Amino acid sequence: MKPTRYWVAYQTIARREILRFGRIWMQTFIPPIVMVGLYFIIFGNLIGARIGTMDGMNYVDFIMPGLVMMSIITNSYSNVVSSFFGAKHSHYIEEMLIAPIPNIVILLGFVSGGVARGLCVGAAVTLVSLFFTDFYIYNPLIVFIVAFMTAFLFSLAGLINAVFATNYDHIAIIPSFVLTPLTYLGGIFYSIKLLPEFWQQLSLANPILYMVNSFRHGFRGTSDIELTTALGVILIFIILLFIICMTLLERGTGIKH
Amino acid sequence: MYALEINNLHKTYAGGLQALKGIDLNVEQGDFFALLGPNGAGKSTCIGIISSLVNKTSGTVKVFGHSIDSELIQAKSLLGSVPQEFNFNTYEPINEIVTNQAGFYGIPAKIARKRTEHYLKQLGLWSHRKAQARALSGGMKRRLMIARALIHKPRLLILDEPTAGVDIELRRSMWQFMDEINSQGTTIILTTHYLEEAETMCRNVAIIDEGLIIKNTSMKSLLKSLNSEIFVLYMKDIITEAPGLKGFGKVEMIDEHTIEVEVPKSLSINDLIQQLDTKKLNVNRMRNKTNRLEELFIALTAKPEKPQ
Repeated sequence: MKPTRYWVAYQTIARREILRFGRIWMQTFIPPIVMVGLYFIIFGNLIGARIGTMDGMNYVDFIMPGLVMMSIITNSYSNVVSSFFGAKHSHYIEEMLIAPIPNIVILLGFVSGGVARGLCVGAAVTLVSLFFTDFYIYNPLIVFIVAFMTAFLFSLAGLINAVFATNYDHIAIIPSFVLTPLTYLGGIFYSIKLLPEFWQQLSLANPILYMVNSFRHGFRGTSDIELTTALGVILIFIILLFIICMTLLERGTGIKH
Repeated sequence: MYALEINNLHKTYAGGLQALKGIDLNVEQGDFFALLGPNGAGKSTCIGIISSLVNKTSGTVKVFGHSIDSELIQAKSLLGSVPQEFNFNTYEPINEIVTNQAGFYGIPAKIARKRTEHYLKQLGLWSHRKAQARALSGGMKRRLMIARALIHKPRLLILDEPTAGVDIELRRSMWQFMDEINSQGTTIILTTHYLEEAETMCRNVAIIDEGLIIKNTSMKSLLKSLNSEIFVLYMKDIITEAPGLKGFGKVEMIDEHTIEVEVPKSLSINDLIQQLDTKKLNVNRMRNKTNRLEELFIALTAKPEKPQ
């Protein structure tokens, strides 16, 4: 098959994924917007006003990049995990498995859906933040690169979860018991400089810390982590998860007998 | 070159179940081929391997000379498959299901839309094109899967029980459609539990049982090997006992107007009528008890009863 045909196949999968979350916008767009709105009201305005400043800025300005990042992470992850698991569970993944498409095209198609949803929700949440903070972006390019890389990374992670999941409980366990705690402990609501030395060092093992801080660097120009280090860590995780995804798809783990 | 060439194909599932124990099968180009077998015989596993949905344990499979090991993409592009179970997103509109499948095969959107219209019209689904697949009847869902499988114009089409649960009228129209597809040059492999369907449509047949091919021949020669057939005779007058018929097999009285007679290959219906005539027994009507292929199939796949 010619590369142009692979491009058509990729576009078909990506388009289908984007249409899927667009069709169910009540489930995909509204809840994160409402949730982040509540975070801004409670933590940003009500409690934040009493906290004062963090890293030299208003508390609401400090948490804003982290809240956007949290939306990107959860939405890119949940888009791929639910879509891929649904396709597997209802067997329509077979439509793609029987077709002459290399696994990398299937992978990139699903990941594109996750990235698109992560970025769309991220943009929507950023707009919501305008009601609570002044709009200020220190470096838009860094913001976009970090958002894209993070959405890509968590889309890959969602696919791995979906491959191993055998029922709907399995696609809820990882977001509830791994993703949410790591996100909350990833420096969204506080600077790790506030932590004792031991907890600071332990926090460095949390990959989400690097994403939140590099994102905050893009928005506010300040971060607990060196930007290049943070981007390097994200890139390493992307490469690692990409290899795992490709290996699972090549083996047919969870999708073929 | 064969449309499908299978050599020494084995499949053992993770739990240890040996679904295929080394099957060899060749299907000629342009053939209409029946792959028959009882439930759990290994038909769907075999089709799953050809369609890349099941990983084989060992053996080789070639589609028009392209090995699924070394030329998988080429092999896949020549193959279309209609599986036994519905495997589409039931929340998607049916025209999207078909055009998306075209997209997976790299067919540009404009051509895909034209072909979708063509096949949906041909299969009587065009007026439902915007309906979600879950709103379709069972027969419509089967036709949707056929339209989807044909969208890239495959040279080999595998139909795994395509008429299961379909009413007789629709089944006959689907036979006609499959016959047209075959006459246009598409090789078709059909699995079905309706043996009348296989007998009517297929030129060659393989019977698979317990993971092995136990018969692989032309439909004509298979039917010729039938040693006897059972006929049901509806008598004009009341009978009190089954008549004794010389040279015939089992004769059984079903009710006072009906008997069943096993007619061996060496005797004709004329011989039967003649003997009944001499006994002053008049036959009103008669029919085959079962389809001929069905009788053979049962004989070939019958399992000895387990001792208590």
